[in-house]
Amino acid sequence: MSTTDPTTEHEVEIQELDRVTVRFAGDSGDGMQVTGSQFSQSTAVFGNDLSTLPDYPAEIRAPAGSLTGVSGFQISFSSSPIYTPGDAPDVLVAMNPAALKRNIGDLVAGGAVIVNGDAFTPNNLAKAGYANNPLTDGSLKGYNVHEIPITTLNARALEGLDMTPKQVDLTKNFFALGVMFWLFERSMEPTLEWLEEKYAKRPVFIEANKRALMAGYAFGETTEIFHTHYRVAPAKLAPGTYRNITGNEATALGFLTASQLAERNLFYSSYPITPASEILQQLAEYKNFGVKTLQAEDEIAAIGAAIGASYGGGLGLTGTSGPGMALKSEMVGLAVITEIPLVIVNVQRAGPSTGMPTKTEQADLFQAVFGRNGDAPVPVVAPASPGECFAYAIEAWRLAIRHMTPVVYLSDAFLATGSEPWRIPELDELPDLRAPDHTELEGWHPYVRDPETLARPWVVPGTPGLEHRIGGLEKLDVLGTVSYDPDNHHRMSLLRAEKIARIANDIPPLEVFGPPEGELLILGWGSSFGAIRSAVERLQARGKSVAHAHLRHLNPFPSNTGDVVRAYRQVLVPEVNMGQLLFLIRGTYLVDAMGFNLVRGKPFQISEIQMKAEQLLGDL
Amino acid sequence: MTDQQTPAAAPAGEPILLTKKDFVSDVDPRWCPGCGDYSILAQAQKAMPDFGYRREDIVFISGIGCSGRFPYYMNTYGFHSIHGRAPTLATGLKASRPELMVWVITGDGDALSIGGNHILHSMRKNVDIKVVMFNNRIYGLTKGQVSPTSDFGQKTKTTPGGSVNYPIHPLVVALAAEASFVARSVDTFPDHLQETISRAGHHKGSTFVEVLQNCNIFNDGAHREFTDKEVRDDRMIFLRHGEPMIFGKDRDRGIRLNGVRPEVVRLGDGITEEDLLVHDETSEDPTIHFMLGRIYWPEFPVPVGVIRNVSRTTHDALLQGQVDEAIRREGRGDLRTALGGGETWTVGG
Ligand SMILES: Cc1ncc(C[n+]2csc(CCOP(=O)(O)OP(=O)(O)O)c2C)c(N)n1
Ligand code: SF4
Ligand SMILES: [Mg+2]
Repeated sequence: MSTTDPTTEHEVEIQELDRVTVRFAGDSGDGMQVTGSQFSQSTAVFGNDLSTLPDYPAEIRAPAGSLTGVSGFQISFSSSPIYTPGDAPDVLVAMNPAALKRNIGDLVAGGAVIVNGDAFTPNNLAKAGYANNPLTDGSLKGYNVHEIPITTLNARALEGLDMTPKQVDLTKNFFALGVMFWLFERSMEPTLEWLEEKYAKRPVFIEANKRALMAGYAFGETTEIFHTHYRVAPAKLAPGTYRNITGNEATALGFLTASQLAERNLFYSSYPITPASEILQQLAEYKNFGVKTLQAEDEIAAIGAAIGASYGGGLGLTGTSGPGMALKSEMVGLAVITEIPLVIVNVQRAGPSTGMPTKTEQADLFQAVFGRNGDAPVPVVAPASPGECFAYAIEAWRLAIRHMTPVVYLSDAFLATGSEPWRIPELDELPDLRAPDHTELEGWHPYVRDPETLARPWVVPGTPGLEHRIGGLEKLDVLGTVSYDPDNHHRMSLLRAEKIARIANDIPPLEVFGPPEGELLILGWGSSFGAIRSAVERLQARGKSVAHAHLRHLNPFPSNTGDVVRAYRQVLVPEVNMGQLLFLIRGTYLVDAMGFNLVRGKPFQISEIQMKAEQLLGDL
Repeated sequence: MTDQQTPAAAPAGEPILLTKKDFVSDVDPRWCPGCGDYSILAQAQKAMPDFGYRREDIVFISGIGCSGRFPYYMNTYGFHSIHGRAPTLATGLKASRPELMVWVITGDGDALSIGGNHILHSMRKNVDIKVVMFNNRIYGLTKGQVSPTSDFGQKTKTTPGGSVNYPIHPLVVALAAEASFVARSVDTFPDHLQETISRAGHHKGSTFVEVLQNCNIFNDGAHREFTDKEVRDDRMIFLRHGEPMIFGKDRDRGIRLNGVRPEVVRLGDGITEEDLLVHDETSEDPTIHFMLGRIYWPEFPVPVGVIRNVSRTTHDALLQGQVDEAIRREGRGDLRTALGGGETWTVGG
């Protein structure tokens, strides 16, 4: 559908689209992450549903113009609910030849490419490994290419400002952003406000970026290189107030909220590691909530300090990624045997070892469930989308406090850095996490247990008359003295296992999206939610008997999980690992589930899951 | 295991009248008969009442080793953690509960081998924890392997041909880590030990006390050469703040600086007390403290007493200060505001 836009002078077609996916790509020094997140912000405020996926190199500054130095940011936005950042971009913004080369293959056939023509110098072409200039050799014939001399036009717009040529050059990403704002009818307001705040102390930078942005916008409006601009109507989201949020932001906010709900001070200690560092950085900003943060000397110290804080009655929290999780495992065992509430965040990344630090993976599930010496069961929760990180950060603390146990919270790089609109909850929608310290002398022993949950009492130092000793040595049931008694150890092992197993009674059942029984169930966990749900929606729209269930509690599983997986002829478990949930499901429920495993450091695409399902349904 | 007979703590404001007995738990110590750890326990229990803390406000945290069992025997709060990591728990506990008195009990292997990193960082952050390291120069609990403080050439179960590792000087490590209180004492010097523990307990800030401890099973007599009654005055130097560094049964010898090197001199023949170093535990400049942490028998008398005692704002106070300052500046945090941070938009119902 197209109309003519009365606001512009030349004839421009307006094309209404349901969903668009845009990828910004450039050198890691080109500011693509900022560009992408500003575009997301405007898009969020405009009211589209959206999902983002940043993709940046591990090197802070790989050689300029090189293929390894390409940084990207993908956003998909839509007038109806969406769950993923999109499979293939419809529009690619490439700031240099390397960015073009790395990304062009992902673009949909006939997709639009906007390139900075000035960057296609012989030198840059050589660095990107182009023998010929792709802008002139006809190799981009299948796409709709818009070549704009961004560097030149931008420099012209900034003429007269007191800035070095290098500083001027650094603003060209905002020119490109301006073009995109025009192309998709976004408001520049949020970005202009952001600039005012960010460069409050450097007015010339505000002016420069503003000019760059406006020049880009004006370029779109007045030149004739675009014959269309695109309209993606606001989505119909549930009523409420929204903000755009990344998984790490939602995680940090969730933990802050948990501490307020529990009326206990949050103590977060961590050792910097991609992609978890932002949680430490963000929580350090909440001092006026009584939050204390500690950058520890290593991950062992970080969890040790968190255990110390929880022992003292605070909410002791620690966060890391896989390699740090490996270091923490002995301490998690200590928290298991001392039965201390604690939350351990693992923002998973591609492993093993250092692996691919900035890339996503779901391969630490075994580590979370099993990664300790001895029989040391620990509840595991995993949010499914960036916004959901908030609720599951609170859920992790609810379980930790109520059941007196360490809890592992599994996020991943995709959730951590990806973003989506998030409805800000009302405070009265949130659970009450208050649980008073135990101070009663009568009938108390360190390991007396709540008959329902089997949790032991939380007695903190400073409580008169209840002085006692705990530690990593096995303790006598109830009395809590050191015990090497064989039957006692057996009993305590059973109690520790039963305590965690009973959590299944305290969590919601596994929900099924689609028919309650039938041909195919796709069972997922964590960040693959979006791709699975989208694929299942498409299949259902075509009348297929396909359902989706998504686990947020990975240990214990919701109590109806066995019934759910047995209700379908086939069960498919897609994971960005070599089959870890698959192993648990097969082992726990003795069902012949099948894995679908792609470990490339990136999330599943919708089409991949759809195709796999079609294969199983005999459609292909 | 809680001692229910003992009286509950005195109400706020009332003086806390406790005796050694109040700090004895109902668990019988299970160290080998003759182990130096008994004496350290007894002196610690004696020193406790003097600090003015209620029992419930004192916490002992230990690592793993023979020394690690210490908290079970103290009738306070106690946490027997894992090997080498006690300072980390202590750091978190103290950060979140600054009003508690937190002790760390550790061994030479626990503190300087597996836990070296944590000792270093808890000290340099001036975490207000009192570390007492039992140095028996051997791994006791695991039955006699070489430790980071074992002698070069020492034969142990894992070094049958003699250790090829040069020993570490614990006090130098503590000083290098900027501990604000550094001291040494000996298990067999009860008064000196009690006084040293007492001074450690009164210090605010990172406190490191090395106690030379005898493991009569796996490294018997490791310190005897200079701690035995007959020789100790000649082979050790008892440091006192503000006093010249004199030692010897007849108080006829001392330590002076020759250029930048310490040397032992005999008083008389033109050498007087004036020529000797005067111990200044409060000196900001740590040069002499490093020297004292390093000199050892047989080249020098072994220094005992408080070597360094300086005042710096503690880690917990700094953390709390930032919280208080943020509240003063921005007001107490409002959750609604935090949740609604950033750009928002509203979808009508
Ligand atoms: C992670 C870990 N590694 C090894 C051990 C075994 N272990 C227990 S105590 C100890 C050495 C203790 O030596 P030290 O700290 O000198 O204490 P001591 O027994 O001499 O008092 C070792 C190696 C352990 N408990 N945990
Ligand atoms: S092994 Fe040595 S240090 Fe351990 S209890 Fe026996 S004597 Fe003491
Ligand atoms: Mg030892």
